[in-house]
Amino acid sequence: MTNQTTVTAAEPVISIRGLRKRYDDHEAVRGIDLEIHHGEIFAFLGPNGAGKTTTVEILEGFRQASDGTVTVLGQDPWRAPASWRARIGIVLQESEAEPGVTARECLELYAGYYPAPRDVDETLELVDLAGKADQRASALSGGQRRRLDVALALIGDPELIFLDEPTTGFDPAARRSSWEVIAGLRDLGKTVFLTTHYMEEAERLADRIAVIAAGEIVARGTPQTLGGRHQDASQIAFSLPDGTPDTELPTPLAARVKQRPGGRLLLASTRVTADLYTLAGWALEHDLELDDLQVTRPTLEDVYLQLTTETTEDHERS
Amino acid sequence: MPLILKSLQRARRQPAASRRPLALLAHQTRYELLTARRNPRARFLTFVFPVLLLVIFAGVFHGTTTVDGTHVKLSRYFVFGILTMAIVLASYANLVVAIATLRETGVLKRRRATPIAPAILIGAQAISAVVTVAIMTTIMLVIAKLLYGIGLAPGAIAATACTATLGGLVFAAIGYAVSGLIGSPEAAQPIVQLTTMPLWFLSGVLISTQNLSGALRRIGEIFPVEHLAAGLHLASVRTTFASSISVADLVVLAAWGAAATVFAALRFSWLPSTAAT
Repeated sequence: MTNQTTVTAAEPVISIRGLRKRYDDHEAVRGIDLEIHHGEIFAFLGPNGAGKTTTVEILEGFRQASDGTVTVLGQDPWRAPASWRARIGIVLQESEAEPGVTARECLELYAGYYPAPRDVDETLELVDLAGKADQRASALSGGQRRRLDVALALIGDPELIFLDEPTTGFDPAARRSSWEVIAGLRDLGKTVFLTTHYMEEAERLADRIAVIAAGEIVARGTPQTLGGRHQDASQIAFSLPDGTPDTELPTPLAARVKQRPGGRLLLASTRVTADLYTLAGWALEHDLELDDLQVTRPTLEDVYLQLTTETTEDHERS
Repeated sequence: MPLILKSLQRARRQPAASRRPLALLAHQTRYELLTARRNPRARFLTFVFPVLLLVIFAGVFHGTTTVDGTHVKLSRYFVFGILTMAIVLASYANLVVAIATLRETGVLKRRRATPIAPAILIGAQAISAVVTVAIMTTIMLVIAKLLYGIGLAPGAIAATACTATLGGLVFAAIGYAVSGLIGSPEAAQPIVQLTTMPLWFLSGVLISTQNLSGALRRIGEIFPVEHLAAGLHLASVRTTFASSISVADLVVLAAWGAAATVFAALRFSWLPSTAAT
């Protein structure tokens, strides 16, 4: 149990300082800093070619950083020994099943690599593959194969799990069932580093998010606060009953309201509660029903697209 | 309390294979042999194809040739020529295709992410290749005896086993080296054909090297297939172990193996060649 590289709860599981990665003719990662703590699900977002996979491969020990310091579970991944790899689990973006073996045989093979593996049947159960245990891994559906990948990443009972775009190419049902499995990792006390380009996935699963674009971190925060999203104006939308002109709205609102084609009214608001109170009070007073009243915040996707598009365009200009 | 119980249970479940290199090697080798047995393409290429070829060649071509000054029937020549081919197919051809496929489909990368040492993964594949070579050599020698009445003295059998084993290891190493040059699984098969097919004719596999011009013979002698074939042909006409071992040929084979190992160690990659940024 007491091992000199054991990470205590206070120390970050992953710590990145000034990380850079240069390939021959371009710099894929241009000086990023990140800290990921024990037990959190951290989502790393970014468009294709933004430096996401390069960063993850450096954290996993597949590539060497050109500059900066990277510590994962107390070690430099590039020089880390086998005992370090026993403490991490990896679900790769693209990897096919081990050829010629069943799901159970595949897990048994991998279990043999680790000093203290999880139980094979229990792990199959966890990813909901117990019923497919004796089917050839190559004959499983896309979603089932990805769940087998997750089982393979879990079989060594790791502390830290990397999930590289775990649901890319999935239909909505398969995506949802994978999300349940990933959310279940939190209950097992694992730290999860998730890369994805699905906003909904990050919003659902992540405790914290960082967005990378053109090799730099352009925003970080929780799904609720990313890119100042919680401070951005919300939209209050409603329709007035026929024959009620919008000029009859209470003065502070009438000046700000905008009419959309089709008669729907839109009100940009940074004080949603107060504005709703005024609006609802006025409607009750005049005995009016506000049809299709709706309050929307900017979606994570809106924020993400704005962040990544701006940065990528700036980078291309420079 | 339940947590403690859980970790105790886990400790008891710890498999025998964990941590001890030899047990890990056995664990991985069992798996390699299992997948080899379940691969129909490899089964055909390794076992059926050489036997088929032997039956055809020995049926079509009759006559004699000489091996190291001894007159032999062509059927005897084909048994050991085609055994050479079988060894190269079982180790070199199988490994080139298998490794290129495993690498490009991300399987090698995923294995590399586990604590198992690369030497164990590679060692298990080499052992699996040698076991396959041993099975194929046995099959060929049994067929030679049953169909063509060709028997070997015990010393010659032992020498054949040694030469075949070294051949299996050397061609496995060459397979590793060549797989490092291949970018896609689709390219693996044509590369195997290109690198072996001409040598079947220049190395004493399908045609006796005595029928070749001096220039062609010298070209054949550059490559390792000729030396494996020469070693096996020699044992087919001798009786004692010592006289059945062709030291010069085995030295050339070993040199190819050593060069291929160094090259593979420098060039080998676990990551798919299409790695993104």
